Amino acid sequence: MADNSISNGNRIAPPATHDLTSALRTHGGLIALFLILAFNAAFTPNFLQVQTLFVNISQVATIAIVAIGMTFVIATAGIDLSVGAVMALAGALAPLIFQSEFGAAYPALGIAAAFAVPLAVAALCGLFNGVLVSVLNVQPIIATLILFISGRGIAQVLTNGNLQTFSNPYFSYLGTGKVLGLPFQGWLALALAGMAFWIVTRTTFGRYLLAVGGNERAARLAGAPVRKVKIGAYMICAFLSGIAGLIVVAINSASDAARNGNLMELDAIAAAVVGGALLQGGRAPIFGAVLGAVIIQLVKYTLLANGVEDEVALIAKALIIVLAVYIQQARKE
Amino acid sequence: MQVLLSMNGIDKAFSGVPALRQARLDVAAGEVHALIGQNGAGKSTLIKILTGVYKKDGGDIAFDGRAREISSPGGAQAAGIATIYQELNLVPLRSVTENVVMGFEPRRLGLFVDWPEAHRRTREILSRFGIKIDVTAPLGTYSTAIQQLVAIARAVSLDANLVIMDEPTSSLDDREVEVLFGVVRELRNSGVSVLYVSHFLDELFRICDRVTTMRDGRTVSVRTIKDTTKLELIADMLGREVEEIETAGMTDLGGGEKQLGDVLLEADGLATDRRLFDFSLSVRRGEIVGLGGLLGSGRTEAARALFGVDAISQGEIRLKGEPWKPGTPSDAIRNRIGMLSEDRKAEGIVPDMSVRENMTLALLPALTRNGRIETQRERALVEQFIKALGIKSANMDQPIRELSGGNQQKVLLARWLATEPEILILDEPTRGVDVGAKLEIQAIIRDYVDRGFGVVLISSEFEELVEGADTIVVLQDGYSVTTLQNPGITEDALVSAIAHHHGTGPA
Amino acid sequence: MPGAEAFDLRRTLGSDGRNAGVWIALVALILFGLARYENFGSAYNIVSFLNYNSMFIIISIGMCFVIMTGGIDLSVGSVAAFSSVVAAYLSPLGIEVALPGGVAAGIGFGAVNAFCIIAMRIPPFIATLATMLAAKGGALVISDAQTISVDWGSNFTKLGMEKAFDVLPWTIVIVALVAVMLWVVLEHTALGRTVLSIGGSEDASTLMGLRVNTAKAFVYLLSGGCAGLAGVFLASGFGAGQPLEGVGWELSAIAAVVVGGTLLTGGLGSVPATVAGALLLGLVFNILNFENGKGTISLSAYWQMVIRGGFLFAVILLQTRVGGNPEKAG
Repeated sequence: MADNSISNGNRIAPPATHDLTSALRTHGGLIALFLILAFNAAFTPNFLQVQTLFVNISQVATIAIVAIGMTFVIATAGIDLSVGAVMALAGALAPLIFQSEFGAAYPALGIAAAFAVPLAVAALCGLFNGVLVSVLNVQPIIATLILFISGRGIAQVLTNGNLQTFSNPYFSYLGTGKVLGLPFQGWLALALAGMAFWIVTRTTFGRYLLAVGGNERAARLAGAPVRKVKIGAYMICAFLSGIAGLIVVAINSASDAARNGNLMELDAIAAAVVGGALLQGGRAPIFGAVLGAVIIQLVKYTLLANGVEDEVALIAKALIIVLAVYIQQARKE
Repeated sequence: MQVLLSMNGIDKAFSGVPALRQARLDVAAGEVHALIGQNGAGKSTLIKILTGVYKKDGGDIAFDGRAREISSPGGAQAAGIATIYQELNLVPLRSVTENVVMGFEPRRLGLFVDWPEAHRRTREILSRFGIKIDVTAPLGTYSTAIQQLVAIARAVSLDANLVIMDEPTSSLDDREVEVLFGVVRELRNSGVSVLYVSHFLDELFRICDRVTTMRDGRTVSVRTIKDTTKLELIADMLGREVEEIETAGMTDLGGGEKQLGDVLLEADGLATDRRLFDFSLSVRRGEIVGLGGLLGSGRTEAARALFGVDAISQGEIRLKGEPWKPGTPSDAIRNRIGMLSEDRKAEGIVPDMSVRENMTLALLPALTRNGRIETQRERALVEQFIKALGIKSANMDQPIRELSGGNQQKVLLARWLATEPEILILDEPTRGVDVGAKLEIQAIIRDYVDRGFGVVLISSEFEELVEGADTIVVLQDGYSVTTLQNPGITEDALVSAIAHHHGTGPA
Repeated sequence: MPGAEAFDLRRTLGSDGRNAGVWIALVALILFGLARYENFGSAYNIVSFLNYNSMFIIISIGMCFVIMTGGIDLSVGSVAAFSSVVAAYLSPLGIEVALPGGVAAGIGFGAVNAFCIIAMRIPPFIATLATMLAAKGGALVISDAQTISVDWGSNFTKLGMEKAFDVLPWTIVIVALVAVMLWVVLEHTALGRTVLSIGGSEDASTLMGLRVNTAKAFVYLLSGGCAGLAGVFLASGFGAGQPLEGVGWELSAIAAVVVGGTLLTGGLGSVPATVAGALLLGLVFNILNFENGKGTISLSAYWQMVIRGGFLFAVILLQTRVGGNPEKAG
């Protein structure tokens, strides 16, 4: 088979070959997960304990939720760098609301508003990104770079750069609650993944999403509402980022606009790509993204638990991203 | 006769699908050599191997008396082969001068580009073509014709032994074509060989010395132009006997034999920003209206205007008598119009999606209830179309990219038939599919029309138009110039309609 | 006509006069500042303004080359931070070692970018995003997450604090030299023209037989080198290597490049206009500082980020209006 020697002028995908790369491509995520688990079971002290599971679930939930959103955007051949900033923004708004005079006067309404308003603002951020990308034809990197910087800036302006601490059991349930003995946000992430999976596989929007990413011109000529689909993808991504931002704040019982969601765009992109999303668009493996998030989190945990510095973990993450994209990239060529 | 280029036994396959089988090509020094063949015959692949864009799987190339391995476009240029590709290989944002001299720019001190000299040289070359323009302006600010000539100027300026021209006249007007022919003759006189790829057979008889014909990836004939006829060349290209073509029809559309119904669609004086200036047609129930014309005459642009892809700047459309202004393709689909686009890969299939998902893409709104796709209904419908159109696939969930071209095309046809359109615009529906699939597709079209619907048919194959269409609207340079009625249209009549008007400008 | 070509001011300053706006805005803002603030035109303000912005100007020029090829380099901020630490460590050996050392560190990251993008065919933003992480991690590792003080006894600090020939700070002189050199490269060498040609159409450039990969490697090495130089300035200007600095610098650079009329899709661009863009962006903050000083407004440091983003937004809006149809360009 001369598949690999074909120049990029030829776009016909080669028939499935059973070499190492294609095996890595299809099962790479699971293989990686297995290897990491095996490594940890053997070497990491106290790995096989319930506490470890809890810690990792509560960490992985936010990555997974954002990665699911990122998967929608990547499916349209886009990218969203602003997810971390949107998390910070949503996270900064919530305590401002339930700690306001209004929130103190009407606690129930205050809590409701502390969920609704930040998520609505997050969705608006997505609308902003989506309009820039689909209506003004700005490249996704540049379009989302605006909020990547400004979004966090706005969050810091709102809080004046202060750490907002609070104690509000209702709000904190989002981050510390347990259902059937497992952290609430883990269940939430699973539920959101299930919903996202349903949207991708069963709805018209999902079908259009994959068509737009797979061949935008063909989709347009077949009557797909390309702009609306793209805007929808960015709004879903931002909305989910908002949820993740609230979770982080709830876990810490404090909102720190400078740190909330910092570098999350990288985790989310890495998780989505490790999970099998293709940067050229056209695929939306939701549970792949969840698996990717688990892997990213476990890598972090493994390094940390074995005494590797945080900073070195950054470099490891960089390698994972490059490797994952490289393996996925080979598919189209 | 001294041989300049000799390609022998060239093989090339893409993903196991052979594109060239033992192809060969000989070009003598100082001759104008034509390379012809239908779409998919392998001309472009052969040229791209010669110019180092593709790597050959087997065979030998000798050029200028030596065996060569050409591995990159830069290598081909260095060897003395200059190419003007069909899709212009120029950079519109950069200046005319840069587009002519880049890669071979004159320098000062061995490092700095000598701009005054570069501009002077560019002006000089262009003036040989009778073009006087500001060479410092971005190339993109000039017309396609000028850009085409700039591409030729670049090739000529490289002092190549062989200049390859891929469809060089498709966007030129009569006067520009004459300029080009002058350049070709001048090249020949100075000992440079020209490999001339063209769909327009008449041109070959005017400037070429010999012609190589390809079919299905093979070289089927090499003829001297003086001793051949157009009919022989067509017979070579199609793989038929000359007598067969003279006596029998090639296609199965069988137009012009029945009663037509009410007017479905009328267009009057349509213009868009994409080189469509004045286009009119009318389609009645049960009618196939062909759009005839050369490449770049505005056929595809007309189809895009009718389907709401390009905004209409002038003129009007009436749909079943009511004025209608298409805004988007989905608008057109709602009004029961469908369009099978010309470029199956770029504008038709979504390669990673399944046969089922590709087929129902245009039908989704009708299959949706509360945002959900009704899967059962979808599957039943797809099943039905796979049977009806004889689509060969493992199952409906097979990715469409794994199907053959003909089956992909049938899926796309089903995509539109499923929306139950009243008007179907078909842009090159049988291009790049094998003969069997071609006849089947034509039968499907005929069957559809017989149910009282209308078709607008675009085809580069004159036979398909002449035999299939009830009416042919002839286009030229973005204008519809005349209308022919079947029965009574012959290929000659169509050719002469296109030729007769050519050069006389808008009617 | 021929005579006019050689000395066409519009083409010298911008690519085609399409970015006259940036020069007008720059002049207008300077006039506004001169009229409104007493010390605006003072030698102190001018020098410190140029000195501070020399880092952004140099990064913007590197970014300009990358964007002209249709690429992007998101790693410049952390690469500068990394280089500042390297330069600080090398400072005891003097400027002769610390300056090339810092620049070389930047070029090293540029080489990683070039390798990932050209050889591994990874999209530029992913590759440079990964390098951004790696450089950030690297800077924190080698500095142990501390600012690294430079050796005040060596001649290293002269770079940021002393003046060349008692007139202008060395940083400004170096930036000016580099800018002129790169301007010549862009306008007058085949390499520079190839960079523009790639952004216009990479396929066409390949078919024209241009050295596409060489030019692409060049821009990422250059951008890395420019970021490295900025890192050296950072260390010398603030007297310390700053591993945590550089956040959002890529955004400033991209904004400056776009303000300078460079198409984000590549193919058009200008060095002088990019410098003007960087100056304009710096001037906005300079004027905001003066307003803060006058007490008319009170903006916290956090506003900087918001304003930067807003600035980029405004510029993109302008470019989509003015630049017309990007599809046609491709």
